[in-house]
Amino acid sequence: MAAVLAPPRPVRRVGGTGGTPVALLLLGTVIAVLALVPLLHVVQYAVTVDPAVAREQLFRPRMAMLLRNTIGLTMASVALGIVISVACAWLVVRTDLPGRKLWHVLLTAPLAVPAFVNGVGWISVTRAVEGFAGATLVVTLSYFPFIYLPVCAALRGLDPVHEEIAATAGLGRVQTFTRVVLPQLRPAILGGSLLVALHMFSEFGALKTLRFPTFTTAIYDQFNSTFNGPAAHLSASVLVLLCLAVLMLELRLRGRRRYARTSSGTPRGQRRSQLGRLRLPALLVPGTVVALALGVPGWSLVRWMVVGSSTGTGLDGLLPTAVTTVAYAGLGALVAVMLALPVAVLAVRHASLSSTVVERSTYTANALPGIVIALALVTVTLALAPGLYQTAIVLVAAYLIMFLSRAVVSVRASLEQAPPVLEQVAKSLGSGNLATTLRVTVPIVLPGIGAGAALVFIAICTELTATLLLAPTGTETLATEFWALSGGLEYGAAAPFALLMVLLSMPAVYLLSRSSGRTT
Amino acid sequence: MNTRLLTALAASILAAGTLAACGSGSDEEDGPFITVYNAQHKPLLEEMAPIFEEETGIEVRLRNGKDFELGNQLVAEGEGSPADVFLTENSPAMSLVEQEGLFAPLDEETLALIPEQNRPASGMWTGWAARSTVLMYNTEDITPEELPTSILELAEPQWKGRVSFSPTGADFQAIVSAVLQLEGEDATRAWLEGLAENGEVYEGNNIVMQSVNDGEVETGIAYHYYWYRDQKESGENSDSTELYFFGAQDPGAFVSISGAGVLKSSDKREDAQKFVRFLADKTGQQALADSYALEYPLDGETPLDPAVKPFSELQPPTVDVTELNGPLVIEMMQDVGLL
Repeated sequence: MAAVLAPPRPVRRVGGTGGTPVALLLLGTVIAVLALVPLLHVVQYAVTVDPAVAREQLFRPRMAMLLRNTIGLTMASVALGIVISVACAWLVVRTDLPGRKLWHVLLTAPLAVPAFVNGVGWISVTRAVEGFAGATLVVTLSYFPFIYLPVCAALRGLDPVHEEIAATAGLGRVQTFTRVVLPQLRPAILGGSLLVALHMFSEFGALKTLRFPTFTTAIYDQFNSTFNGPAAHLSASVLVLLCLAVLMLELRLRGRRRYARTSSGTPRGQRRSQLGRLRLPALLVPGTVVALALGVPGWSLVRWMVVGSSTGTGLDGLLPTAVTTVAYAGLGALVAVMLALPVAVLAVRHASLSSTVVERSTYTANALPGIVIALALVTVTLALAPGLYQTAIVLVAAYLIMFLSRAVVSVRASLEQAPPVLEQVAKSLGSGNLATTLRVTVPIVLPGIGAGAALVFIAICTELTATLLLAPTGTETLATEFWALSGGLEYGAAAPFALLMVLLSMPAVYLLSRSSGRTT
Repeated sequence: MNTRLLTALAASILAAGTLAACGSGSDEEDGPFITVYNAQHKPLLEEMAPIFEEETGIEVRLRNGKDFELGNQLVAEGEGSPADVFLTENSPAMSLVEQEGLFAPLDEETLALIPEQNRPASGMWTGWAARSTVLMYNTEDITPEELPTSILELAEPQWKGRVSFSPTGADFQAIVSAVLQLEGEDATRAWLEGLAENGEVYEGNNIVMQSVNDGEVETGIAYHYYWYRDQKESGENSDSTELYFFGAQDPGAFVSISGAGVLKSSDKREDAQKFVRFLADKTGQQALADSYALEYPLDGETPLDPAVKPFSELQPPTVDVTELNGPLVIEMMQDVGLL
């Protein structure tokens, strides 16, 4: 994933193409409105709640506990994710660690193991992972590649000259790393952390299994009992506020500082640090991470298949379910990158307040629980287009709303690395806006498009809630099957569905590990 | 292999997926069909529905979920719902939909198949399967003589840390709603406070059973079939445990009823009525008894697997299923901190 790489946020109007094309801005606005449907629904619902009821709901002691848990989990996972990612990325990219290429793929692969499968896998090995510490560990293991991948890409793109100057100035290895390398990784770390934080706000399956209540699990609990509309939407409003706060914070921390090379010429290749005697012990770092993130859930899946007597039942449903899953994930990924392109072009080539609003809008749904998004779409679809209810169209729209941001960050990062001069040349040669986009811009950002499509593909393969509510009746995906069977104790029958879900995501993982492996 | 080639490869896979999605989007056949929002266990309906399809030629399209998920979805959908039939595991979600006025009355001949105590007087839906509340206990940690005679005793101080249950599930909430109806609000509140104090809380009855089996907690409140099914599956999660039935009309002997009803908004009510009748008649009840489910048939005649304690020996308390109060139960459980 060149994805969240996002090295320099270009100085305003680097593009210098004059005003923003109206058609592009219009298209961006339409996409932003689509992405904002759930948020608008939540806000619209929340403001109609009687203020007295709202006060009573919002200031219950339980709300304080949920707020503490949600924020605590988010901060702890981001922190742990950064530590794991930076350590592993440095070892893989900048040292002579044995088996670096394999480790890189293995460290990307946790993205293919859905968090709820990871949760169920861990809990069946040890119940010690219940509660704050365990939940933080398990959920971080599921999402840390969001940080690891862009950090890898950023490390590869660094010009070694800075470190050499630091060394000349008498800084030791450790000081060089903390004072020279780490600051340059800041945009990559921030972008990845943003995605991790938003996923923490909306994570449900794993946290429910690990018995760690957050706003999102509380909203689901209500939906699984007697649904209290006002309470659920008030909780969701708090998540909206948290999400806005995180989005602003990330923008502010990112700032306008530039870290990339500005001069012409090519950076020299990097020298790898020699680990020396630590070369073999260092294997313990990625080894432990991979064992915990892939080994534990993998072992549980295999064990269920061996122990359970229901193993093998329902296998005839496996293939059609897999085909359906791949079809939806493929379609969703394709449309997502098509929508992400104009948003990224707006944000990078036509930076302005309105394009920032368009781009940030696509992130908001990431922080909302799937159930809130799905319910918003139930209401909106039945009101506006009842004929489309529970059709593939609305389901794909839901996927786009939920996962568009994954495509946007990837495409944007790719575009930021491409000098706008190429597009300007094309235009000066008489190529129109659309032709320039198709013939110049798209080929340039192809790695970002590939990475974005891969990320969306994986997300849709493992999506549960929106699929349960909005899929055409009779449509089953691997995720819904796994959930249904594991709830009924038939672990043996459920395991193949989870395993296939992981395997189907593997090509996407490989694609991701490739595109972050490119030297930029 | 370069990235561009890989990307092209990925793009072609995506395109193929798109085509497949378009192909699978169309309706395969246009014969008669009904849409069933099914909150009962999916494998059970996948065993039973084909028998009905064979009998009538009406295709059954299942939409699977949990009681309140689908109940709340029906409420959110209102008149626009595509559902024809609603099936649940426990009755409170049926009551939720009934209170919203979304059910059409069932045919008299369907109602006549199930004894009166197993369905609401309103005739808007009927019971068609049942599960019994049980106390699972670890045979190494506690003897049957030490077990309480009533589920209410589990709130007493001597049970601190010795009982587990899954408060977020519809199953436990149904049990609480029975206690509420039988013992009244004050006693139920006191009982819940005691349970909140004493109990180990887990997500899901299967985890309750595991924890009792692992010896982490001595006892656990759940339904009978979790234990019987695990015994049939491998016994991995239940071999160190036994079941204890309270009986004697104790609230802890509560039998929860799975419901079936026809939606008022359905434009295929006749076929929908046929399906509900099938669930309650001899063929349907026998299919239930023959299935893996190990839940009790409700027509008062069809016998279940002899390994399971017979329905006639359960001695459940008399409960009016329509009066099982979901919302108040949730409120009280929230008040004592269980939700």
